[in-house]
Amino acid sequence: MAAETETIPFEETELDVRARSYAHHGIVFAALAVLLLAAPFLVYPVFAMKVLCFALFASAFNLLLGYGGLLSFGHAAFFGMASYVSAYAAKSWGLTPELSILLGTAVAVLLGTLIGAISIRRQGIYFAMVTLAFAQMVYFFALQARFTGGEDGIQAVPRGWLFGVIHLGDDRTLYYIVALVFFVGLLIIHRVIHSPFGQIMKAIRENEPRAISLGYEANRYKLIVFMLSAGLSGLAGAVKAIVFQLASLTDVHWTMSGEVVLMTLIGGMGTVFGPMVGAAVVVTMQNYLAAFGAWVTIIQGVIFVACVLLFREGIVGLLARLLRRPL
Amino acid sequence: MTEIFGIPTAALFGQLLLGLINGAFYATLSLGLAVIFGLLNIINFTHGAQYMMGAFFAWMLLNYLGLGYWWALVLAPVAVGLLGIVIERLLIARLYKLDHIYGLLLTFGLALVIEGAFRNGYGVSGLPYTIPAQLAGGTNLGFMFLPIYRGWVVVASLVVCLATWFVIERTRLGAYLRAATENTTLVEAFGVNVPRLVTLTYGFGVALAGFAGVLAAPIYSVNPTMGANLIITVFAVVVVGGMGSILGSIVTGFLLGLVEGLTKVFYPEAAATVIFVIMALVLLVKPAGLFGRAA
Repeated sequence: MAAETETIPFEETELDVRARSYAHHGIVFAALAVLLLAAPFLVYPVFAMKVLCFALFASAFNLLLGYGGLLSFGHAAFFGMASYVSAYAAKSWGLTPELSILLGTAVAVLLGTLIGAISIRRQGIYFAMVTLAFAQMVYFFALQARFTGGEDGIQAVPRGWLFGVIHLGDDRTLYYIVALVFFVGLLIIHRVIHSPFGQIMKAIRENEPRAISLGYEANRYKLIVFMLSAGLSGLAGAVKAIVFQLASLTDVHWTMSGEVVLMTLIGGMGTVFGPMVGAAVVVTMQNYLAAFGAWVTIIQGVIFVACVLLFREGIVGLLARLLRRPL
Repeated sequence: MTEIFGIPTAALFGQLLLGLINGAFYATLSLGLAVIFGLLNIINFTHGAQYMMGAFFAWMLLNYLGLGYWWALVLAPVAVGLLGIVIERLLIARLYKLDHIYGLLLTFGLALVIEGAFRNGYGVSGLPYTIPAQLAGGTNLGFMFLPIYRGWVVVASLVVCLATWFVIERTRLGAYLRAATENTTLVEAFGVNVPRLVTLTYGFGVALAGFAGVLAAPIYSVNPTMGANLIITVFAVVVVGGMGSILGSIVTGFLLGLVEGLTKVFYPEAAATVIFVIMALVLLVKPAGLFGRAA
């Protein structure tokens, strides 16, 4: 029968053309830059910095989940370990903040290479369980190792002088540094997603055997995206340690891994701008509900369930569908 | 005092027994996860919370209704199982057509809700549950002192695990279950009510977790966070064993418990992480797990 070999002619619809063009992202980035510049005059700078740290963390996580199709349940390991290393470097070795942050990020990349190389040997749900287990291992390490300060964490980390000249004691000065780090981080993620590398990454997400049959070494791509994601998560954690002058067990605990999943889910998996919206929502919620104690956990759990059942595309995902443009 | 490798034998066997008890919990919990995963294709993140609920129900039965340990051993798993059935029908059933990670995310959210609720109601300090009179005390085995309750935990979970294996591998109901795991559509075409089978399987899997919780209540204090940390270790156990075989999860559970106990004797610093290290090694050598089938 001829019908069996008949191929469906590929017709590019208007939506496909739009989906490939992301020129409107320039407008979003410009608006974001304006918002970042104005933010410290609208909200408390420390709060804004907290949102930005988590926004970068969630965006880095989304690079792996939304574009690599890999659900890691252990991203707290990179976030938390980098925050410990940068706090320790700044406090005990007296390094300048930029060196401490770089060192923390480098450790996160290294850890990401190790954990990533082993984890990508399993797929799907197993991958989530393996990363969770490794993160728990890192948590126990942080609990027992001497340099992390155990239950106390590393407290009173000096913010220090950036490049030895700019004093970061002032919240607003530090805010603009953090905003710059976040903005550059997001640009890097955007660039990766829309590069030829990102295209192959998405191809592997959609159909791994096919990508392999086309000659791409899927595991190498997965490992690279895992390292990138781990490194940027580490960058977020390292910056957070300097901002809050604290590195603690909270940052390596599995609840942190869960929170970053929640942020990404609320904002919209696989959208460039979703995770930061989700991070803002979650951090704001935690701020207002802090007085209610265990209710925060319950409410987060309920939102998790509600998002999975009713709102899988997330806020920005919904927006993108309404505007019929990828965001 | 007799010694092996410079370790007093009493201490060695004591730690081995502790390891065996941990292994009993690993085995029971990973068995439940494996049964659920086999048919539903979801990883039940709520498993730890359901284990915790089993312990809490035992405590509630004793303190609110005056029903003792033996009642709890039957009633608490049933209650956890029934709640599980409600959860499966109302929530999980909506996700079968979606990517499996949504099942993981949903049950993770549920675990947060359940744990948060118990933390709100009972705090985090933990509630005591005394060992039933029939199982109190201990006997001297000559080479070590054996608290009877601990021996009971190992025997009881071993019996339940083997009974589960028997039901799944040797009965008609188990045959339906295995067939549905292989090919749902075909089994449904033969007139088996697969959705009901799925619901019952989930209920049974989480009832196992509830049972483990009741066993744990007199050993560990009854605490809202008791399940959360345990379940992550159980995930590692599941990865090591692979979810392909029922007997495999039981053997792996007990084995890793023993390894953990031995590590406590010879290199205590690594006791918390040894299972994760083994997981890493197994992934490097045999990614599908010791008893798993290649995907």
